[in-house]
Amino acid sequence: MGANVRVDVTVNGTRHRRDVEPRLLLSDFLRQDLGLTGTHVGCEHGVCGACTILFDGEPARACIMLAAQADGHEILTIESLAAPDGTLNPLQSAFRQAHGLQCGFCTPGMLMTLTAFLRDNPKPDEPQIREAISGNLCRCTGYQHIVHAVQIAAGTRAEDAE
Amino acid sequence: MTRPSFGQRVRRNEDARLLTGRAMFVDDVNLPGMLHVAFVRSMMAHGTLKGIDAAAARQRPGVVAVYTAADLGDYCKPGPVLVNPPPVPGHVFHGCTQLPLAKDKVRYVGEPIAMIVAESRYVAEDALADVIVDIDPIDAVVDLEAALKPGVPLVHPHLESNAAAHVVQRKGDYVAARAKADIVVKRRFLYDRGVAAAIENRAVAVDWDPRAEEMTIWDTTQAPIPIRNGLAKMLGLLESQVRVVAPFVGGGFGPKIMMFYPEELLLPWAAMRLHRPLKWTEDRQENFYATTQERGQVHEAEMALSKDGRILGVRDWFLCDTGAYDPYGLTIPINTQCTLLGPYDIPNYETEFTSVFTNKPIVTPVRGAGRQHGVFVSERLLDIAARELGIDRVEIRKRNLLGPDRFPHNHEIMFQDSAPLVYDSGNYLPTLEQAAEIIGYDKFIREEQPRLRASGKRVGVGICCYVEGTGIGPYEGARVTVEPSGTVRCATGVGTQGQGHFTVLAQIVADALGVGVEDVRVVTGDTREFHWGTGTFASRGAVVAGSACHAAAMSVRGKILDLGSAILGAPADNLELSGGRVKVAGSNDPGIAFGDLAGRANPLRGAVRPGTEPGLESTAYFGPDRGSTASGVHAMIVEVDPETAAVEIKRYLVVHDCGTIINPLLVEGQIHGGVAHGIGNAFFESLVYDDQAQLMNASFMDYLLPTATDVPPIETAHRETPSPFNVLGLKGVGEAGCIPTGAVFAQAVEDALGPGAGVEINEIPMSPNQLFELMHVSGKERA
Repeated sequence: MGANVRVDVTVNGTRHRRDVEPRLLLSDFLRQDLGLTGTHVGCEHGVCGACTILFDGEPARACIMLAAQADGHEILTIESLAAPDGTLNPLQSAFRQAHGLQCGFCTPGMLMTLTAFLRDNPKPDEPQIREAISGNLCRCTGYQHIVHAVQIAAGTRAEDAE
Repeated sequence: MTRPSFGQRVRRNEDARLLTGRAMFVDDVNLPGMLHVAFVRSMMAHGTLKGIDAAAARQRPGVVAVYTAADLGDYCKPGPVLVNPPPVPGHVFHGCTQLPLAKDKVRYVGEPIAMIVAESRYVAEDALADVIVDIDPIDAVVDLEAALKPGVPLVHPHLESNAAAHVVQRKGDYVAARAKADIVVKRRFLYDRGVAAAIENRAVAVDWDPRAEEMTIWDTTQAPIPIRNGLAKMLGLLESQVRVVAPFVGGGFGPKIMMFYPEELLLPWAAMRLHRPLKWTEDRQENFYATTQERGQVHEAEMALSKDGRILGVRDWFLCDTGAYDPYGLTIPINTQCTLLGPYDIPNYETEFTSVFTNKPIVTPVRGAGRQHGVFVSERLLDIAARELGIDRVEIRKRNLLGPDRFPHNHEIMFQDSAPLVYDSGNYLPTLEQAAEIIGYDKFIREEQPRLRASGKRVGVGICCYVEGTGIGPYEGARVTVEPSGTVRCATGVGTQGQGHFTVLAQIVADALGVGVEDVRVVTGDTREFHWGTGTFASRGAVVAGSACHAAAMSVRGKILDLGSAILGAPADNLELSGGRVKVAGSNDPGIAFGDLAGRANPLRGAVRPGTEPGLESTAYFGPDRGSTASGVHAMIVEVDPETAAVEIKRYLVVHDCGTIINPLLVEGQIHGGVAHGIGNAFFESLVYDDQAQLMNASFMDYLLPTATDVPPIETAHRETPSPFNVLGLKGVGEAGCIPTGAVFAQAVEDALGPGAGVEINEIPMSPNQLFELMHVSGKERA
């Protein structure tokens, strides 16, 4: 192996300086080196979207990036969304209201993808929502309740709608 | 006693942990000094294993150990047959199970050959390339029909052929019925399935504490208790020395209940030798090879009917792929045999199957578990008969449904749980009528379809019935405890893979005790908490574990009433439980909080009266003689692009009956996910093996799971025909969404293309490419 490389990265507002193997995946760096296990790995080839994080504010797949590429950048993970006391943010809360998760494994990637999507498109219609999450695979929900959750978060659907 | 939470759209107790990234999955277990495991797997589907040279791997810095079959000694034994065949007279079953690591022979691509333990997963994977495996190839057995021909290589050479099992089941006299029939429709059907594709791959982490002599295993299993029991026996430990935890599991869908996977056997064994924690996490490519899957069946089936469309009998003969080994017995083909009967009155039935060894990964149940295949055969035969007899598709189904006065209904054949196939209850006609009404069946075929056809659109409607045998035994248990804090704890053995156990089981307990759903803490899938039970499969969690939770909670309720009666000086009949307190009904006295009562029931001084037990705690079990049968109707409207053969699903409706509904929100979630899985099965997902049983599409780039733009909004309607087989009237719903999807898809697409197209869909999956070819060939034949 080559010499380790220095990574200076801000994750969820905390700056980390680590020496890592050049080949270390960003997903492994987050999960193992930083202990942020909320980012899940489902396919390791960039298709399922479970590992989606925000990289300088944009959705990115941590499983097909190297930790070294994060040097000098800012990352947000699922652990950044709730308030420090654990209070769910409106999108998280909408997922609970709409039963937008079952096993919860794809959920962190869904939430990070949607965090950026709703920031850029606060009042999406249903086709736009479906398009937005079409790069995130979910085997449990059939996506319908996820769509409802996004609509609740966007204020286009009542919280108690059936 | 009322059940205030039943039927309410209660939000889930488990969600906050999952939504914040705090929920623990197996791959999240990171322990100091942990070693990481990778497996050398066979690159060939069939061959003689001549030699393994692991010397270079052992020399690689960071590699701690490399194990092959030779290193395992007596531990290298074939695993157990997990499910023994039901006692069908005359059945033949050859149980062949795999070794933890291959010895002498490899039988599928992905079969583990050597285990590498290293300081990191990266180093372990580096070392995979260091291991030289010498395999003398043998022609692979791929095709089901070819597999049984003389002279074909044998997957298991000690057997006479590649037949793994043969079962004939009969009801009535089909031959006599056929002789009286006005019409017999006969077809050949192919129904293939795919991978379960839980988004979380499998994983095992093990911590052996040599000083305490205790082992903790975190496992993505659907059956932690049998895993613990089996491992304890194999490792020479007491069951109490082994704790298996199935924490949050990222989807199961069946394959996570295969026992035992080699990885589950090998990591604990190695941990006891290396005295360091170990972890293995499957990657997605391995999942395509090394995790069990469901695959194809080939049916030759016929249905004999009277001219008014009444089914006189059905004969079905099929082959069933079981893969390289058959640890799961006959569950899948028996499910196929039984589910083919559906909601119909089929007086004469002859069903025969041969399951076949092939050089492909092991087949075990995937959501639906063979039921799809049976439903496809009977629904397609009904469609064809309807067409030939000039009877409407809904009408022919109505004429054959079992009436509500026919329950319990004994079908006189054996189900997968080794009990006779008896339907507990059902009310099928209103379900079908409601589905036809909601989808607007009559209006669609009378008005909309002709109008749209006239404008060049190819639109069609499909409508199919199904039943789902759910909630089978043997049993589950639960322990309900009121803690001195007042918190109610409910521990059960069935692990969760996202179904909502933390909520549904809490609802059952909460309603029995008069507390809030959020006040009940459910613990599942941890053998330290509860160690009697089997697992999560066959849509049985809510039915079987739920009934056990109810029984335990009712027993605790009795203890609360007894003690409350003594303390409050009022007869138990006059007491009420609400808000976590027991009080005299109608009194202004606040009574006693459960927590205080729990403290009184576990005194530090004084005596526990004879005939009573300390604490407010009870354990109960529920073991049904047989399962409860859920049912439903799916309907869909599709539009087919005549140029590209793309199918757009315009509407999808599920009217289903899973008995008493605990939580409609979660039931809908189960159905949505099942339908999405079914749509994938019908149109997108296909495992493509070449002629040497190499899987050609082992990635999510090539194996297409349905995405949010592929799955339409799914309309649902609930009906409730309670099961008489359990106190709460429950039936399962976990697999309902995916069972008839292929059948309804085929019918709707055929209807869209119209009678003039000459297209008959007798095969699933039916990808756009296949459909295009079918349309093209039919067109040419017509020309």
